[in-house]
Amino acid sequence: MIAAAFKKPEKWRVLGKNFIHEVHSIGISSLSIVALLSLFMGAVMVIQTASNIDSVLIPAYTVGFATRQSMILEFSSTMICLILAGKVGSNIASEIGTMRLTEQIDALEVMGVNSINHLVLPKILASLFIFPFIVLISMGLGLIGGGLIGTQAGIITLEKYIMGLQYYFDPFSITYSLFKTLFFAFFIATIPSYFGYYVNPSGGALEVGRSGTKSVVASSMVILLINLIITYFLLL
Amino acid sequence: MSIIVNNIQKGFNGTEILKGISFEFEPGKTNLIIGQSGSGKSVLTKCIVGLYEVDKGEVIYGGENFSAMNKAERKHIRTQIGMLFQGSALFDSYSVEQNVMFPLIMFSDMSKEEMIDRVNFCLKRVQLENKNHLFPSEISGGMQKRVAIARAIALNPKYLFCDEPNSGLDPKTSIVIDNLIHDLTKEYNMTTVVITHDMNSVMEIGENIMYIHKGENWWTGDKHSIVTTENKEIGDFVYASEFMKQLRGKLS
Repeated sequence: MIAAAFKKPEKWRVLGKNFIHEVHSIGISSLSIVALLSLFMGAVMVIQTASNIDSVLIPAYTVGFATRQSMILEFSSTMICLILAGKVGSNIASEIGTMRLTEQIDALEVMGVNSINHLVLPKILASLFIFPFIVLISMGLGLIGGGLIGTQAGIITLEKYIMGLQYYFDPFSITYSLFKTLFFAFFIATIPSYFGYYVNPSGGALEVGRSGTKSVVASSMVILLINLIITYFLLL
Repeated sequence: MSIIVNNIQKGFNGTEILKGISFEFEPGKTNLIIGQSGSGKSVLTKCIVGLYEVDKGEVIYGGENFSAMNKAERKHIRTQIGMLFQGSALFDSYSVEQNVMFPLIMFSDMSKEEMIDRVNFCLKRVQLENKNHLFPSEISGGMQKRVAIARAIALNPKYLFCDEPNSGLDPKTSIVIDNLIHDLTKEYNMTTVVITHDMNSVMEIGENIMYIHKGENWWTGDKHSIVTTENKEIGDFVYASEFMKQLRGKLS
């Protein structure tokens, strides 16, 4: 399927148009949920870190430091991608699965269109393009959410929180996070596409639903595995 | 240009569905594939258009062996094929205009204005003027079939396939669709293949008919000879309803 997806498109203009559509469908439409989740994740991180620090020997800015490290290294990439694997993945699997069921894929094939290339390639390219931006936005909003709850609830002063955010900052952590995001993005686009494309049409709507569930489970497992492998090789 | 199928065999999981079917679909005629449900009509059609690969036998389009071609070689034949699917298979997220324009965008070098002119011509031909901006979900089943026909003829195909064009339609709309398919066949001198088990369609447009029974070519003829044949399976198919049985009694 991957080989067919990366064949030369019939018309580059059509690919461009589909790419823009998918960037909106996969990325832009997910921004609100990502923003909400990131704000709350950052806020919870601050509360939990603060509540677990009861030694006077640990400086207050550790709250900002721990929130930054957690958000950048793990939550904004892995957690957000796991959530998007559910939202975007089920959407892709059901969309392509329904196209299979209603013979729209057959219609493309009879016309002579490479249906995998036409349907899947724009989703892969759009995911690879937009996911890093989504993760960067999530990082920013997570840190803002942490700062808001920290200062408003009197957990930490703004100065100390910012000091913690800046403390021993290694830009490589962002590179690492974006690097693994690219892998997650690829699998979030391809695994549901596979389950949707090869759905058994005689199974009807039930089978399309099952393909959505299978795709979410499979992509989540792959994300966790890829996360472990990349983390092992890049951070150890 | 005709379509010839030679000794087509196709099976799934060890079950033989098509058992060596041979037939010639004649150009400029509405060729019908009829038969009971499960007889292998749709499998045969999918083999002819290349959605299924045949196990044995060959499909020849205008003298070119389609079965022996690879995917890239088949492309020039595919652009000469228009197909109307049972459920219309219109792209949900595209408007009527975008659906009809799709094959033109993919396979023609027309300018935007030329494409719009062609789309309007095709939509006018199927009596759907001024419906350009509606979506498939906003039009009736009969209109969806007509949009699918407009899309199928957008590239001036040489071959038109219609898989149960009347399924889900009322008898009056069915006749409109049948006549539209028949008229377009004559107008563009296409080789049209219609898969149906609707006797109204058979009697309306059946010029060259193949009756499939259990994966075999059981009978061939036209709409006149089908009502007089002595073949028992055909008789059971044609005169399935009580009304038709009574009619047969009166005719004989």
